[in-house]
Amino acid sequence: MAEAQSALWGLVEEFVTGQQDSAAAEVATGVKDGAFTVLQVVESLGSCLANPEPRSRGRGVQLLSQVLLQCYSRLTEKEVEVLVVFYENRLKDHHVITPHVLQGLKALSMSEVFPLGLAVSVLKSIFQEVHVQSLMQLDRHTVYLIITNFMKNREDELKSLGADFTFGFIQVMDGEKDPRNLLVAFRIVHDIIIKNYALGPFVEELFEVVSCYFPIDFNPPSNDPHGITREDLIMSLRAVLAATPRFAEFLLPLLIEKMDSDVQSAKLDSLHTLKAACAVYGQKELKEYLPGLWASIRKEVFQTASEKVETEGLAALQALSACLSCSVLGSDSEDLLEGFLNNVLQDCRHHLCEPDMKLVWPSAKLLQAAASASSRACLKVSASVLPLLLEQYNQHGQSSHRRTILEMTLGFLKLQSKWLFDEDGDSLQSFREPLCSMVFSAVTDPSAQLHLVAVKAMTVLSTDQGFLSAEDIDLVADHLTRLILEEADPQSCQAAIEASGSLAKIHPAVFISRMVPQLCSRLQAVSMEGVEPASSGVPEHSIWLRCLEALAAMSTHHSIVEETVPILLGHLKRAQKDGQTNAEDIVAVCKSLHHVAVQCQENAKSLCFYHKTVVPCLLSLTVQAAMQDRETAVESHVLLNDSVLNAMVPIISAATTHLNPELASSSVSQVVNLFLDGEVSVLTENNFTAKFLPFQTDGPSAPQSRLVALLMAFVCSLPRNVEIPHLSRLLQHLLSLSLSGSSPFTYSSSAKCFAGLINKCPPGDLLDDVLQSASCKIELGLADEHTRTQALTLLVWVTKALILRYHPLNGQLTKKMISLLCDRDLGPLAADMFSLLVSECPDILNKACHAAIRIMFRQRFFTENVPKLVEGFNSANEDNKPNYLKALSHVLNCLPKQVLVTELPSLFSLLLEALSCSDRVVQLSTLTCLEPLLLDAADILNSHIDTLIRKLLNLTCSPSMVVRISALKCMLALTKLPLPMLLPHKQQVIRALAKPLDDKKRLVRKEAVEARCQWFLIGSSGS
Amino acid sequence: MRRSTVVITCPEVCSYVFREVLTLWLEMVGSSQLENANPLIYQRSGDRQVTAQDEDEELHDRIDDREIFDLIRSINDPEHPLSLEELNVVEEIRVKANDEESFVSVEFTPTIPHCSMATLIGLSIKVKLLRSLPERFKVDVHITPGTHASEHAVNKQLADKERVAAALENSHLLEVVNQCLSARS
Repeated sequence: MAEAQSALWGLVEEFVTGQQDSAAAEVATGVKDGAFTVLQVVESLGSCLANPEPRSRGRGVQLLSQVLLQCYSRLTEKEVEVLVVFYENRLKDHHVITPHVLQGLKALSMSEVFPLGLAVSVLKSIFQEVHVQSLMQLDRHTVYLIITNFMKNREDELKSLGADFTFGFIQVMDGEKDPRNLLVAFRIVHDIIIKNYALGPFVEELFEVVSCYFPIDFNPPSNDPHGITREDLIMSLRAVLAATPRFAEFLLPLLIEKMDSDVQSAKLDSLHTLKAACAVYGQKELKEYLPGLWASIRKEVFQTASEKVETEGLAALQALSACLSCSVLGSDSEDLLEGFLNNVLQDCRHHLCEPDMKLVWPSAKLLQAAASASSRACLKVSASVLPLLLEQYNQHGQSSHRRTILEMTLGFLKLQSKWLFDEDGDSLQSFREPLCSMVFSAVTDPSAQLHLVAVKAMTVLSTDQGFLSAEDIDLVADHLTRLILEEADPQSCQAAIEASGSLAKIHPAVFISRMVPQLCSRLQAVSMEGVEPASSGVPEHSIWLRCLEALAAMSTHHSIVEETVPILLGHLKRAQKDGQTNAEDIVAVCKSLHHVAVQCQENAKSLCFYHKTVVPCLLSLTVQAAMQDRETAVESHVLLNDSVLNAMVPIISAATTHLNPELASSSVSQVVNLFLDGEVSVLTENNFTAKFLPFQTDGPSAPQSRLVALLMAFVCSLPRNVEIPHLSRLLQHLLSLSLSGSSPFTYSSSAKCFAGLINKCPPGDLLDDVLQSASCKIELGLADEHTRTQALTLLVWVTKALILRYHPLNGQLTKKMISLLCDRDLGPLAADMFSLLVSECPDILNKACHAAIRIMFRQRFFTENVPKLVEGFNSANEDNKPNYLKALSHVLNCLPKQVLVTELPSLFSLLLEALSCSDRVVQLSTLTCLEPLLLDAADILNSHIDTLIRKLLNLTCSPSMVVRISALKCMLALTKLPLPMLLPHKQQVIRALAKPLDDKKRLVRKEAVEARCQWFLIGSSGS
Repeated sequence: MRRSTVVITCPEVCSYVFREVLTLWLEMVGSSQLENANPLIYQRSGDRQVTAQDEDEELHDRIDDREIFDLIRSINDPEHPLSLEELNVVEEIRVKANDEESFVSVEFTPTIPHCSMATLIGLSIKVKLLRSLPERFKVDVHITPGTHASEHAVNKQLADKERVAAALENSHLLEVVNQCLSARS
């Protein structure tokens, strides 16, 4: 014990007279370990605390405070009490001691056993003895923290001080300038208000002491280590200013004044603050200032200085209107909303009628903002504005004016559908008649520019069930049909198709009876009779395409799906029979079917119908086509065309991914039986003379094996919990077909199907065996002259399937891929295949078809394989180097930017090399990879900038248009780099970029202009 | 900031005539008061649709009226935060381009007949076209006939190669022009 005592004496001595700061930490450790108590520390400090020299006393207090900061949680209540009294007393001491005293008080204020009543006395002493604003920043911060701690733990005691606390704090923070302290101080004021501390007579003083910072004008130094942004300060000050209605009488005049300021940020901040304040104010607070606020907002919106100010002005107006709408009306108080809206209407209405239409848009926007706040506001504004707009529409003859009026009307209609249709359907019934006649006249107007808006207006009007009469809805459907079949303006037609999609869901019966038959008969007329004289100037074929698109778009309701799917399938059936239709048209039909499938995914009933109808039908049609071929075999049937089968894949896939488990498992066994055993019962038409044998690769059944693509679409899209029957046999068949298949379509579909299945196959013996035999066969295939390409294709897909699920074998296979890069024949192909490995595949092995994908697989692939690629590049001979570069740039292109930036230093010289590689694919993918990185890579670029600029400028004359465009985009991106790096090159670049200005392609010239003009602006203060 | 603080500084090599020219420019570029505080605002046209022909490597796209209009429509007005297109100062129908003969002609319409910014606007259009078009082009920028009080003086100034070059030697003028030509944030 005595030993510890003397050790303590030694440490204290060292700290106080020896000025060794480290001693404090040792003492603190001692206290924490229990070697000595706080009391002992105080005792050992005794003499020095009584020292006549203030610096020595300060040193003593400092030691004690530092110990307390470490050990405040171990103090007993009694100890805290003694220490507080001691410290409080020290506040009266010499000013050099004050900072240490505050530190000690901060430590004590965190203690949980802080005795009752002492918080008040500590604060009183601080308020009385310390002139806070003459302290250093850190010590002021300490004072704020002490207050914050007490407010957290001793709220009731502080409240007993009444308004004195508030007043004390006002004095503490008055004149604060440091942003770090302001953040804390603002939070304290916010708490004072929110937690209902007494403000007494000091409301205005409290407001003054914070509002003097409004609007915040603070720009952090660029190397600011504290990370305080202007935004932080603005937000916390705004929270204070808008915290209480009691500030209203001071805040609102201030806001009006600042809105009229010339500084845009001040305007914005005022509008934001007004919006925030409206959330807590009632009409009592706003009443007096409404005319002033309205005048300021109106001025801002009418004289739009910037879009931002306009948007915020409108938002503030909406907030004002909402605030007035929400206030509870007493029986005697007047309705301020009424008066306010009258004011707004009075100032805006007449602009809507002026013939030159100069201020129509700002006025309409103001009115709409005011109306959008509540149903009451909406009703009042609409009731006044709609008759006016209807009248104006009839008065103006010019279609551009009519269009503007219609657009404004549409804005008001949208508001109404938000507020009024639900609650109070009748209130607008009086306008139904004239609104309909206006919209219908617009949609039949000779000028196409009205149609688009009219379609939108019709959609809004018919969206609500009860508003339009049944006859009107019929008319809407007729108009839409007419637009789809006759409209010359593609945008309006597109809008009509979209409108049909959203309205068909609400009024399915109307669309089935009025639109479907018309589209259907048009579809058949065209396809049967070929070209027929077009009545509307639109080519028949594009009308045919529109019908397909419209049928798909409107299939948003189960009853419509049941109508449209047979129509679309009917087209495919006819194509199968005559075999004459061209492939492009069939692909268009397939696209529509796919669109329908995607829309059905949300509705289990529709999806079930769709799956049961479409999947067997497609299989049946293609199997028939393939079997027909057996006999005729002159030329492949159009349904077996690559593009047609590729278009069918997404249909089957979309019809399968969201299937319920029961239907999926019954369906899967039928389909697998069809392919494995030629079991044709699933097909709708199944009287064949021969057997369907898709996996038999020799001779006549070659066309049949193309249908493996459809098998892939089905089995690779099933949810992972659906068991696939005969999986092992199926995999073996796929494996051999993918190596022996003769056409690229067949063997790659088969390889993809194999990969899709093993990606989802659960770990176990089956998977191990299959992979074992696959890698053997790949090795053999690569060795055989005739099957090398097939083997490589299979290798790529299997590797991809395993990379995605982190299967241990993936490393070995990837190594194989890398080693093939220096193969004389397969090298270039293998390099291209690297893009398959890392990019997302649209038909299989993606999230939508439930593939097993581990997160960050790309990053993992990158870290494991890029060093190998780099090494391979360095050791490869000149002929093979491009292959490595191409593989590398494919990998880099798929990586997230953040990963690339960190790796850039090691790769940059390689990328530069890739830019001078003669292969266009390498050039292009390197450029696309570089462009987003240039901004973040200033340091690395610094030493390479000469070379980079030279190479980029060379590429601006490349024979390939896309390369020229990308190179110019990079030249533009360079202008964001630090000025000193660019200036030496400015003149050279400007001269060199003159050449692409005369490029023969417009898209290239556009990029050249942008880049060159930006280089001109470099170093000019105007930019 | 625009006019009042400018001090004409010429390098010694500049002749007296050069100094004259500059003074003339600066006088024409005019005062800093906002003259037309509340102009009519017109709709911006959308971006040009990219056609299949644009994407065909082999075909040669001629420089046409719309392409020239696209170059100048986004130039900022010196006194409003709006583009020349939004103020209807430039319109597609007043732009003529002839690729074969390497000739471009642009008419611009000041918002009001006494607009003192007319010269600066013209100069900005001219500079933008000089920077964006191949050197073979002859660029003619002038005021729409009958829309400005000192139409001839402005046109003469803009048509004179030497004077335009002299104007761009002046750092103040260049800065103002660059402001008009920089992309809006």
